[in-house]
Amino acid sequence: MSSAKSSIAVTFQSVSRHYGAVKAVDNVSFEILDGEFFAMLGPSGSGKTTCLRLIAGFEQPTGGSISVHGKSMVGVPPYDRDVNTVFQDYALFPHMTVAENVAYGLMIKKVASADRKRRAEEALEMVALAGFGNRKPSQLSGGQRQRVALARALVNRPSVLLLDEPLGALDLKLREQMQVELKAIQRQVGITFIYVTHDQGEALSMSDRIAVFNQGRIEQMAPPSELYERPQTAFVAGFVGVSNLLNGELATRLTGQPGACSIRPEKIHVEPAGNAVPPRHADRAMSATGMVKSVLYLGAGSRYDVALAGGGDLTVMLQNRDSSYLPNQGESVLLWWNAKDLMRFQG
Amino acid sequence: MRSDRNLAKARLASDRSSAKAGFGLTAAAWFGVLFLNLPILFIILYGFTTDDKSYSFPPPGLTTEWFGVTFARADFWDALWLSVRVALFAMAIAMVLGTCAAAAMYRFKFFGKESVTLLILLPIALPGIVTGISLRSAFALGDVPFTYWTIVLGHATFCIVVVYNNVIARLRRSSPALIEASMDLGANSFQTFRHVILPNLATALLAGGMLAFALSFDEVIVTTFTAGQQRTLPIWMLNELIRPHQRPVTNVAAIIVMAITFLPIIGAYYLTRDTQDVAGSGK
Repeated sequence: MSSAKSSIAVTFQSVSRHYGAVKAVDNVSFEILDGEFFAMLGPSGSGKTTCLRLIAGFEQPTGGSISVHGKSMVGVPPYDRDVNTVFQDYALFPHMTVAENVAYGLMIKKVASADRKRRAEEALEMVALAGFGNRKPSQLSGGQRQRVALARALVNRPSVLLLDEPLGALDLKLREQMQVELKAIQRQVGITFIYVTHDQGEALSMSDRIAVFNQGRIEQMAPPSELYERPQTAFVAGFVGVSNLLNGELATRLTGQPGACSIRPEKIHVEPAGNAVPPRHADRAMSATGMVKSVLYLGAGSRYDVALAGGGDLTVMLQNRDSSYLPNQGESVLLWWNAKDLMRFQG
Repeated sequence: MRSDRNLAKARLASDRSSAKAGFGLTAAAWFGVLFLNLPILFIILYGFTTDDKSYSFPPPGLTTEWFGVTFARADFWDALWLSVRVALFAMAIAMVLGTCAAAAMYRFKFFGKESVTLLILLPIALPGIVTGISLRSAFALGDVPFTYWTIVLGHATFCIVVVYNNVIARLRRSSPALIEASMDLGANSFQTFRHVILPNLATALLAGGMLAFALSFDEVIVTTFTAGQQRTLPIWMLNELIRPHQRPVTNVAAIIVMAITFLPIIGAYYLTRDTQDVAGSGK
């Protein structure tokens, strides 16, 4: 039993955080494994940041219990928890140098000065900021501040690192670069990363597992590919990637049976009107005819909005390849897809 | 303070005049500056006059003997020393209470918060005479004898406001996550206060303290109501003016008061000037 416990970094047991009538976190339970890169994904106000603050100790649950490495966190103040946070706005101390910022946690723990200096320098090296120790945070760019915040947290060798939308303030190129680096650092240090984000691309590219939050509850918790390929609810299908949601009469007409379901735009094939579904797919395919309403050129691919013959719309995504059939606006087309790509929801 | 603001306005106007501002505007600005500051120049001038009975213009002659006369008078030194001590104590009380009040207003939401803010600001908004009378009746009701300490308490009431304003402005500009970051990195409340909050407030506190010192140092009205036999420097000057001889002694004292109050104000200005954006706070 104890060995099983030690491999679990964080446990939430029916945790709630209510503010009066507002249920920021509502009866949430999950386990995060040791060494896992775990993302909490959701729109703003979905409860993901509150969960992070509950782990950090900035908030206390109004119900349920939280434990970190098997130790109950009830009544444990933030400064006695073996977790560190990378804040959304970095929260670097403006009156200290970069090196002093990074060494702050060590100074508080009364680590000897020489040791402190060496470890701070190592941490700065890890985030590719060696030699920046004497600068003030105000002299750094946004990306560099972000790295300092990361070094300041990691230098304490916490058992769990909490990251609150750490890349939110960076521009797209830098964000993509930092995603790769963060993942590499996480592999190197082997610490559990709990990563809060509203960016589904970020969550998909970095995480081992993702919990999708909506209105204080977890909609689904799964590895990225499973979350994308097999969303269990309409919310997850819509929030993670783009989906054609099919409801009511439209669902029955297209799929032959009632019940909400969805199909990803890139899973839909397009043929010129008059063509049939290719014979080797014919027995397992579903199809519909329609007219291309609009074409949105996106570079690598294009997005087509197709008005279906019997009413309703489908969005289709096609790669811009020379060899493929690419319809023009106003053209009549046949759409078909494999029945296995249709995602049915429970309930 | 008001004269400072007008000076800044005037300077702005004269800057623009180098580009295109009209003659009228420039003239009006200079008139404003002279109107506000010429009397001060006259006070300095009459500190050096050889005429000791009345202020005649132009002065019949110039001398520095009044400095010697002033410095030789024990009552001048007593008054000056009393004023310095009162100002230092009022400043100290204001810094502690003003900081506490600002921290409470910044961190907590509670019923009647707006009213409490108003109550803190009230002593400086009310005419000094109202503050003075109410303090005097309060001390009389409590049978508190009028001493050095009643002057200090009287001054502290309006000095708290300037410290409070400076500190709360700094707190509002700082990232609230700084405190959480410190706690997150293992610091308890005391360590967080010592290593993060206090260094961030230091210049604001110092500026507030200097303004408080300057306010207290030249206060007359509240002092008249809360002092017993003690004479602070401004009160001493008021009494000296009525006496017919050795008039320039008052002017010399005025020059000293100006120097003592002006330096802290300049200091406060330079301390808070460069802190518009709090470095690294992100937002």
